[in-house]
Amino acid sequence: MNKVAHSYTPGLTVTDHTVIHRRRMLPLPGTVVVTVGDQVRSDHVVARAELPGKVFPINLANQLGVAPGEIKEYLVKKEGDSIERDEILAENKPLIKWFKTEVRSPVAGTIESVSFVTGQVLLREPPRVLQLLAYVDGTIIETIPQQGVVVETTCSLIQGIFGIGGETSGEITMAVKSPDEPLTPSHLNSTMKGKVVVGGSFLSADAMKQAKTVGVTGLVVGGIHDEDLRALLGYDLGVAITGTEQVGFTLILTEGFGEIPMATKTFKLFSSHVGRKASISGATQIRAGVIRPEIIIPRGDGKAKAASQIQREGIRLGDPVRIIRDPLFGRIGEVSALPPELTKIPTESEVRVLEVKFPDGKKVVIPRTNIEVIEGA
Amino acid sequence: MTISTSTPPKIDRPLNVIVATDCGSTTTKAILIEKIGDTYRQTYRGEAPTTVEAPFEDVTRGVLNAIAEIEELSGRKILDGERIITPCRDDKTGVDIYISTSSAGGGLQMMVTGVVQNMTGESAQRAALGAGAIVIDVLAANDGRLPHEKIERIRSMRPDMILMSGGTDGGAVTHVVEMAEYVAAAEPRPRFGVTFKLPLIYAGNKEAQPQVKKILEDKTALVVTENIRPVLERENLSPARNKIHDLFLEHVMQQAPGYKKLIDMAGAPIMPTPAAVGLIMETIAKREHLNLIGVDIGGATTDVFSVFDGVFNRTVSANLGMSYSVSNVLAEAGLANIMRWVPFTIDEQTLRNRIKNKMIRPTTIPQTLDELQIEQAIAREALRLALIHHKSLATGLKGVQQERTISDVFEQQTSGKSLVDMLKLDLIVGSGGILSHAPRRTQSMLMMVDAYEPMGCTRLSVDSIFMMPHLGVLSTINEKAATDVFVRDCMIYLGTCVAPIGQGKDGDVCADYEILWAEGKTTKEQLRFGELRLFPLESGKQATIKVQPVKGINMGAGAGVAVTKEVHGGVVGLLLDGRGRPLRLPADQQGRVTALKKWFNAVGLYPTDK
Repeated sequence: MNKVAHSYTPGLTVTDHTVIHRRRMLPLPGTVVVTVGDQVRSDHVVARAELPGKVFPINLANQLGVAPGEIKEYLVKKEGDSIERDEILAENKPLIKWFKTEVRSPVAGTIESVSFVTGQVLLREPPRVLQLLAYVDGTIIETIPQQGVVVETTCSLIQGIFGIGGETSGEITMAVKSPDEPLTPSHLNSTMKGKVVVGGSFLSADAMKQAKTVGVTGLVVGGIHDEDLRALLGYDLGVAITGTEQVGFTLILTEGFGEIPMATKTFKLFSSHVGRKASISGATQIRAGVIRPEIIIPRGDGKAKAASQIQREGIRLGDPVRIIRDPLFGRIGEVSALPPELTKIPTESEVRVLEVKFPDGKKVVIPRTNIEVIEGA
Repeated sequence: MTISTSTPPKIDRPLNVIVATDCGSTTTKAILIEKIGDTYRQTYRGEAPTTVEAPFEDVTRGVLNAIAEIEELSGRKILDGERIITPCRDDKTGVDIYISTSSAGGGLQMMVTGVVQNMTGESAQRAALGAGAIVIDVLAANDGRLPHEKIERIRSMRPDMILMSGGTDGGAVTHVVEMAEYVAAAEPRPRFGVTFKLPLIYAGNKEAQPQVKKILEDKTALVVTENIRPVLERENLSPARNKIHDLFLEHVMQQAPGYKKLIDMAGAPIMPTPAAVGLIMETIAKREHLNLIGVDIGGATTDVFSVFDGVFNRTVSANLGMSYSVSNVLAEAGLANIMRWVPFTIDEQTLRNRIKNKMIRPTTIPQTLDELQIEQAIAREALRLALIHHKSLATGLKGVQQERTISDVFEQQTSGKSLVDMLKLDLIVGSGGILSHAPRRTQSMLMMVDAYEPMGCTRLSVDSIFMMPHLGVLSTINEKAATDVFVRDCMIYLGTCVAPIGQGKDGDVCADYEILWAEGKTTKEQLRFGELRLFPLESGKQATIKVQPVKGINMGAGAGVAVTKEVHGGVVGLLLDGRGRPLRLPADQQGRVTALKKWFNAVGLYPTDK
């Protein structure tokens, strides 16, 4: 095979049937509460950890007006003791009551440490329990003691290009009838509360507001304007590292920024799964260790078809591709030619190009860097 | 193998064919170097997107792809499946060594702590920034935050590393130990993994070392080094910076997917890209006895290097780049600053969308002239901001030899004299995709001139295809090879920029000049304000220019004083810049577009087929 040096082309997966694994890991050591073979739903707790409580330092030396080494004479509690809010932590015992100083604890918790070097006492609040959820309906196929699990699920998988917001789940519902229809506030009604709403080409700022009011859990559309993203977040996003935003819903773009119709294949896939539960995540990371936002629709039919994990060998004639740079941003076509020689483009750069054929038969020449393969059977 | 700062490996076999790669955040670039007769030459190059995404998630994939392109173009078989054939088997098979640099891995994110915000806190920040880190927060005892807020902050951030400073040697210990207690209580969790111990560098008061060790030894991967501020008037940043580099390589870069494999593949330690570029720039400056500024503008970061009076400084602006962090450039520069370089109008909404689309699809290239102009406008702003950043750090960055007086210390002027003195600048070297691959070399020259506003007479050059990192790491194992290729194939001299300092009314005379060409001819003309003039002057050729500025305008010898200089040529030529220093663009849209078009035509910046 002609090993043309474009053995790697970025692509987003949109597939109806695949098997995926998701690693669910605690941020600090804890306890795994499931075992291999367990069937779980997305909202099951698979592991638990205790997040150490907040720490409150008190500089007793300063408060009592003594040298750090002297605080031991005033402490009524010691390291390891528990203490209530407002309970006395340290006090002096003056002959004259006038000069009485009491230092009370601002919080309930335990005395974590006492330092005679700094005169500082650290108080720690009780721990908070952190629960790690399964995220997708599936089967536990691996447990890592104290750390987490791997969940396997047979599902439809749609990867987006950019998202905001974290993990959530809901039923799929279509807000529009065609992939080039924009999602407007009138499309969002109270029946969509708690659901993952799939739009078409575009979502406006007004529609975002309406979505929040209605209580939508997720939104998936072709594109939005960066200006509206800025208004939604309250700041200008500098780098594409997201997942912790709290804007009222998880938002996933399938195409990019601007008004861009959702790819037909993607739209059809969603349409075929209306009413099914989806697990979604808006977390995006465009840097080493890339993370793409995703919509996972577990099949739940129990049949684990061996997933054909396509090892992409390079771009080939006939591959479906998306143009990912202006002009023609978002247009989808098929590779119709792969000339190997360097070609001059309007900027006068000489680059490797390919030819893309659109459904209407028109052909264009595009730099190979400016397309993305639409993967998945 | 990870590089320690001083021991290059011993290569005892002949090196006739070398393949080298640089794994950038966006692209992996490979070059082939062959010994032809007695000299080393760069012969072929290949490029592929850096593969950090599924399904490969392995940086070595991009390396193999880039090398595959070289195989195709050169006819030399280098790969045997996924292995690099070493040493050479015959004329057409194998290479003698594979070496690499890397900046893939996403950048080092650090938290920095000090006792006094604008003393030890600032020094720690400079140490970190100078080592190429993104400083996510600076905690100081006196920064106004309540203790529990500080602890909460440490807990919620996920730094790759913490640098603790504080206290001069022999000074008070309390505040430093207090800070260590906060860090311990916060139980900081690094970005990668539950069981991974967070690297923490303690570079503060040495009297506090025992206490700090006791508190932090078990909870972190603690490294103790020399105080970065041993006395108030002196900074000692190198030991901390070196430790940051070492720890970065050992702990952080190894998390980049496939990095361990890359180390195994390479025949010499992998160098971080900024270190390699810095090495080669320092070499140039020392060879030619020059003051220079070098810049490497990549996808995620813009690295600026300067050598002034023999003092080398490097900053990595980890938030300014052409793809991953392009949106940051917009955020920092502002829309107006970017659009001022573009001779057409585009609405804010469209521009914002395009920039965000580049951010989320970083490996795309401009396809139309409009897009190219926008990208080059963004590059001007990234270059400009990165230099400002560099200059501000070079103010305080005094080597151990220099000391400040107590009054300097307590004044802490922000307008303190920068080590980077543009009048003393001899050469600007540009590197990085947008500069090396600009379709016309004149575009690279003007991007740097517009961003840096060189004054007096300054030479400019560009890395021909972006191979400085490769030559930097090559110089650690074979200096001759690196120097040969550098001189013959890497550096492309663009020419010289002559720019008088001052402002005046457009159209008025700025200076009289007389150029004596090598052939004996003379050109005697006037440079007007608002004018750009380009004279062809080939690489390797020289000319003599005498500039007589008008009253109030300075060519470096004083206002109104004539200056005669020998100037060097290049592929672009001799550029006379009468646009003023500081560079001011017309305020009104119409005037600005007219001026831009005039300048573009004067230097043949873009094709004018319309």
